[in-house]
Amino acid sequence: MTHHRPENAAMIKLTNVSKVYPNQTKGLQQIHLSIDQGEFVAVVGLSGAGKSTLLRAINRLHDITEGDIEIHGASITRAEGRQLRMLRRDIGMIFQGFNLVKRSSVLRNVLAGRVGHHGTLRTILGLFPKQDVDLAFEALARVNLIEKAYARADELSGGQQQRVAIARVLAQEAKIILADEPVASLDPLTTKQVMDDLLHINQELKITTIINLHDIDLARAYATRIIGLRAGEIVFDGPVEEATDERFTEIYGRTLRAESVQEINA
Amino acid sequence: MADPKLSLSAARPTPPSRMKHYFTLILLLVLIWLSARGTDSSLQELVQGFPNMLELLREMFPPKWSYLDNILPAMLETIRMALIGTTFGAVLAIPMALLCASNLTRLKWVHYPFRFLLNLIRTIPDLLLAAIFVAIFGLGPVPGILALSVFSLGLIAKLTYEALEAIDQGPLEALTSTGGNWIQIIVYSVIPQIQAHFMSFTLYTFEINIRAAAILGLVGAGGIGHYYEVTLGLLEYEKTSMIILFTLALVICIDVISMKLREKLL
Amino acid sequence: MTPSWKSIVAKPKPKKSRWLLVIALFLLYVWAFMGIPYSGLKDTALQVTRSIAEGLFSPDWDYVYLPDGEDLLRGLLSTLYISILGTVISTLLSIPLAFIASVNMSSTKLISGSGKMLLSFIRTFPEIVMAILFIKAVGPGSFAGVLALGLHSVGMLGKLFTDEVEQIDKGPIEALTAAGANRLQILWYAVLPQVLPGFLSYTLYRFEINVRSATILGVIGAGGIGTPLIFALSTRDWDRVGIILLGIIVMITIIDILSGAIRKRLI
Repeated sequence: MTHHRPENAAMIKLTNVSKVYPNQTKGLQQIHLSIDQGEFVAVVGLSGAGKSTLLRAINRLHDITEGDIEIHGASITRAEGRQLRMLRRDIGMIFQGFNLVKRSSVLRNVLAGRVGHHGTLRTILGLFPKQDVDLAFEALARVNLIEKAYARADELSGGQQQRVAIARVLAQEAKIILADEPVASLDPLTTKQVMDDLLHINQELKITTIINLHDIDLARAYATRIIGLRAGEIVFDGPVEEATDERFTEIYGRTLRAESVQEINA
Repeated sequence: MADPKLSLSAARPTPPSRMKHYFTLILLLVLIWLSARGTDSSLQELVQGFPNMLELLREMFPPKWSYLDNILPAMLETIRMALIGTTFGAVLAIPMALLCASNLTRLKWVHYPFRFLLNLIRTIPDLLLAAIFVAIFGLGPVPGILALSVFSLGLIAKLTYEALEAIDQGPLEALTSTGGNWIQIIVYSVIPQIQAHFMSFTLYTFEINIRAAAILGLVGAGGIGHYYEVTLGLLEYEKTSMIILFTLALVICIDVISMKLREKLL
Repeated sequence: MTPSWKSIVAKPKPKKSRWLLVIALFLLYVWAFMGIPYSGLKDTALQVTRSIAEGLFSPDWDYVYLPDGEDLLRGLLSTLYISILGTVISTLLSIPLAFIASVNMSSTKLISGSGKMLLSFIRTFPEIVMAILFIKAVGPGSFAGVLALGLHSVGMLGKLFTDEVEQIDKGPIEALTAAGANRLQILWYAVLPQVLPGFLSYTLYRFEINVRSATILGVIGAGGIGTPLIFALSTRDWDRVGIILLGIIVMITIIDILSGAIRKRLI
């Protein structure tokens, strides 16, 4: 991307974004959103509110049906082929199910984050430059898993696997991290470790972070800004201080605390 | 990520040795090279022979439909052979499987020898068995049926005893606790669990036996296979193609019927 | 007085279709057994059986190794060569076919559907008949056997590979796509590591089957140990039949054990 970037332009900008699924379900409705560099944004809402759709629209794992999404001034909605892959390279993603190759080593999983930076032949032959390997080890050091570098991914616990996924995003040198329910399948202790890792990365490396959570308490504990979704629409967007239980009860008819969500799911 | 505490000084684990992979690869390449030499394989010969094959295929078309009348009796004989061979094999497989299953026959000196015998039976391919039985009993479908019986015994007994070892032990325990003897345990707690599987294995073996019975005639063991030699020997390729087509049609029909039945069973 | 349980729970009546099935099956068996000619069996059957049994117990040990010419070891080795090369060829052909035939890798159902059709067509085509066709092309000998095994095995191996590809975890593909990888890189980093152990295991399994098949290719002149066996059978050289059978049994047993041990470690 060689074109001029205004200094204070939004990192991510969604203009009138809508998404209608082929079966006519509305995923997103007229979303206007602007997120600045270094923000730590939590997207909350009940399951089915469109949190996952919103995140996947940003790196275009899902196509939108209307509107435009810009990443640092470049439209990802209209990007194709190589251009799209270059944009995606700057956006790391962390998934609820970790999405590691379970049979591959931890190091290889982390290096997989580097493939977007090199040509096909080089990556297929596994000829990563030394800097890349160093980068991978640095990323593993940051999540405290360096001694597991040559272990198979499926030998690790769920929390450790999620931290490998974070290392993969770090090695990718992404400028934005999208995390889709990263702690939904983890216990409270590992949840804290993973969330702390994400927070440190956001604070120390100034990586813009957008995270989907269904637990408002967790969102308030870590994020600087909270976005509430309901039926594909933004119903709340503001700093943590404003995201009080009273406000959310007003909007959703109930709180979005972990225990009440569990009740609903039960 | 220029954090000094994360720098390269962090102890990296030593990578696992790759010698094993290289060794395996070299061994494999040597084996392939030896095999290519030992079988006089040459791509050149294949390319040169290709026109011959095309010529052969050309001579096979159109198939001689009227030949159907001549080979119909042999085809019916093929079905008979497969049916009887599978039945005999299935009946013999019942005691064999019970004796091989370690959870039903707990005595090691019983199930080990029977498993050894079963493995021995399974080493000899059906066409070889047929050739031997032809030497013993003379030409005709009887040696073919015997060969298929022995082959079916091996296959059905193996599949069944493996399924037997995976059955739910609860009912076995329940019946043992009520004072049931070996036969009573088999009848009341094993057979109900295994009969659908056993029927399915038998049908599957029948599918394989139809294919096998169609070629046993090459060694004089009855069925349609005999006509391959007749027609190829006389260079009547349009008749050969008729045999092939007829066999394919039969095999597909039997497969479809058998698959439907197996789906209903399980 | 004993109460009539029937008035409380009626015993379910057996279905009529079940009886029809039994009758149909019975008639099928009557038809099958009626059609088999039981006469014409050799009176020498018992004697020949005894001879073969004796041959198995007093095998022609000298045949194991002959300094010059055709012996057991060379026959078995050639059988092994045929099965190794046949398996390698079929694996190389099966991998691209499996990716074409998998619904999750092919762009349209039409392509994956036709890939699956092709595989099942190859599967139903008997390998012996394929060998006959290849003999016409490259002449009798081991090479024809290699080609027949190589092509026929694609039917089964391609099917097994396809199943393996269709049940992979899609997560890593999503992750690599999100990281900006192209199609080949996704294939290499997200798909292949998942399917490779399965591919290898199935290849070894097919190799076990191919060794068995290779022993019978000689029957129609496509090389291997089958040729001297058929010859020994027709010349009633029972001691030699015995040693060859013994050789085949030992070879296949060893290969099954080795291959089984490797397959266990792969998964």
